[in-house]
Amino acid sequence: MATVITKRAAAAPASNVRVRGRAGVRLRRLNLPAGAAGWLWLAVIIIPIYYVAITSLKTQAGYFGQNPLALPKTPTLDNYRMVLASDFARYFLNSALITAGTLVPSLAFSFMASFAIVRGRGRFLKAVNGLFLMGLAIPLQAVIIPIYLMIIRMHLYDSLLAIILPSIAFAIPLSVLIMANFIRDVPNELFESMRLDGCSEWQTLWRLALPLTKPAIVTVAIYNGLGVWNGFLLPLILTQSPELRVLPLALWTFQGEYSVNIPAVLASVVLTTLPILVLYVVGRRQLLSGLTAGFSK
Amino acid sequence: MSAGTTAAAGPGKGRTGPLAWLAIPALVFFLAFAVLPLLGVLLLSFTTWDGIGAISMAGLANWFGIFTDPLMYNALWLTLIIMVVSWLVQTPISLLLGTFTAGNQKYRALLAVLYFLPLLLSSAAIAIAYKALLDPNFGLAEGLGLPVLAQDWLGRPELALFVVIFVIAWQFVPFHTLIYQGGVRQIPKSLYEAAEIDGAGRVKQFFFITLPQLKYTIITSSTLMVVGSLTYFDLVFVLTGGGPGNSTRILALDMYLKGFKANLMGPASAVAVILVAIGLALALLLQRIGGKDNSGSQLEGL
Repeated sequence: MATVITKRAAAAPASNVRVRGRAGVRLRRLNLPAGAAGWLWLAVIIIPIYYVAITSLKTQAGYFGQNPLALPKTPTLDNYRMVLASDFARYFLNSALITAGTLVPSLAFSFMASFAIVRGRGRFLKAVNGLFLMGLAIPLQAVIIPIYLMIIRMHLYDSLLAIILPSIAFAIPLSVLIMANFIRDVPNELFESMRLDGCSEWQTLWRLALPLTKPAIVTVAIYNGLGVWNGFLLPLILTQSPELRVLPLALWTFQGEYSVNIPAVLASVVLTTLPILVLYVVGRRQLLSGLTAGFSK
Repeated sequence: MSAGTTAAAGPGKGRTGPLAWLAIPALVFFLAFAVLPLLGVLLLSFTTWDGIGAISMAGLANWFGIFTDPLMYNALWLTLIIMVVSWLVQTPISLLLGTFTAGNQKYRALLAVLYFLPLLLSSAAIAIAYKALLDPNFGLAEGLGLPVLAQDWLGRPELALFVVIFVIAWQFVPFHTLIYQGGVRQIPKSLYEAAEIDGAGRVKQFFFITLPQLKYTIITSSTLMVVGSLTYFDLVFVLTGGGPGNSTRILALDMYLKGFKANLMGPASAVAVILVAIGLALALLLQRIGGKDNSGSQLEGL
């Protein structure tokens, strides 16, 4: 870490002139305190992740015998084999199902609703918009008891659908907020020209608004997707059978059962995060700029 | 931020009737699984229910019970502490990191990629990782050779609360950093150029340009942070389970333990109503502070 800072420092005189970069933020003198604090924060973030990664590759003996932050002397994949043998493939599939099952309808419904809210007029749509805005402040936990009751009465208790239905509802308010902001930025002239071309609002929705709202849709998909994939409370309350466990719940039960085998527990942590990590590595730019595009509006 | 309002006001825009039905599917779902439960939780707070059997009216009994329940006051107090301290800890860090990562230096871009890693992890995964990491014998203390860190972090009440606040910050600072990064990047460069001509240094620029320009970003981030702090259930549940004793038994956890462990859905619903009331009050308050016209321009005169 230190070498990078000194290298930067050595290069400082050259970059003393004002340089304007891609993002347009000025780069003047080198900001040493900021750099140092930046690396310090990196340590705060990375050390726990590093610890989890290396410990998951250690044998029990290595865990008890070695320095906790040292690389494993005899790296092993046994922990991962053990986790996979505990039905994690099924839990993975369950998580994928509830995530897809939530995202597709919630994106479609939210998109249609935002289009109506922005393009339409009248008291009804105003009220709907107000309702969704208020919905932003409803914490999911606070309504979990009536949701539990409803799910039981609907005979959906202990099913994946029980998790999906409330997840869709709670994805809607923020999705509508972000998407509506985007649709509002579409120049009115484009809508006008669509109308002059004789397109119905339905056609305008899919041909004009959808492509132009893509960044917002990506944002919302990522944000809600992560929320559902990592969600813990709904599966905890609304399901019971081991074969319906989703990954976060499986993690929790696994660590309860194998609390003496820390490397195996941490292997399960790595394994449940791996799919998201792969997505992050592949689509990082899209993912981060997507999140920002929506929230900084 | 400002373009939104102008477009919406344009004449001849949109048609009424046929568009309204597009909002119906979202509305139906939201009414069924968010608004109805909201009314339901209020109703249930006046009933007796064990979670399985029949539901019977209980009048105000649950509410009298709740307001004389030391556990509820304890939970309320802990929730407030976590909310306030989390805000105080996370906001400055996220603001500075957001400004830092908004810079276009290569190393900052690289750091940013790593900063955002906690965003990907579930609360359950983070809690489990920290449980292992905080082990006095086989965790961080031993690894770094710092005996100071070899505490019974999750076994002592005052330390456990501190750990919860720290882990929450670890989990959520990245998200708020991202929000601030986006906010900083939208600040017009001309402001900084003008300040530079006037001879303002980096610190002055931060306090007199960056900070005021981020007003609405700060409100957005704070709203999400404060309202979000009511919902740290997953993390606390897996990390401490509310313990040791009741030292980290926050409102959401108090509700869960009352309802789903002690089978007292009535009192649990009353706690839930308190949770909703606080959430709505805070959201309204923060919107007020931010001024009614949230889409108003910060760029007037440019």
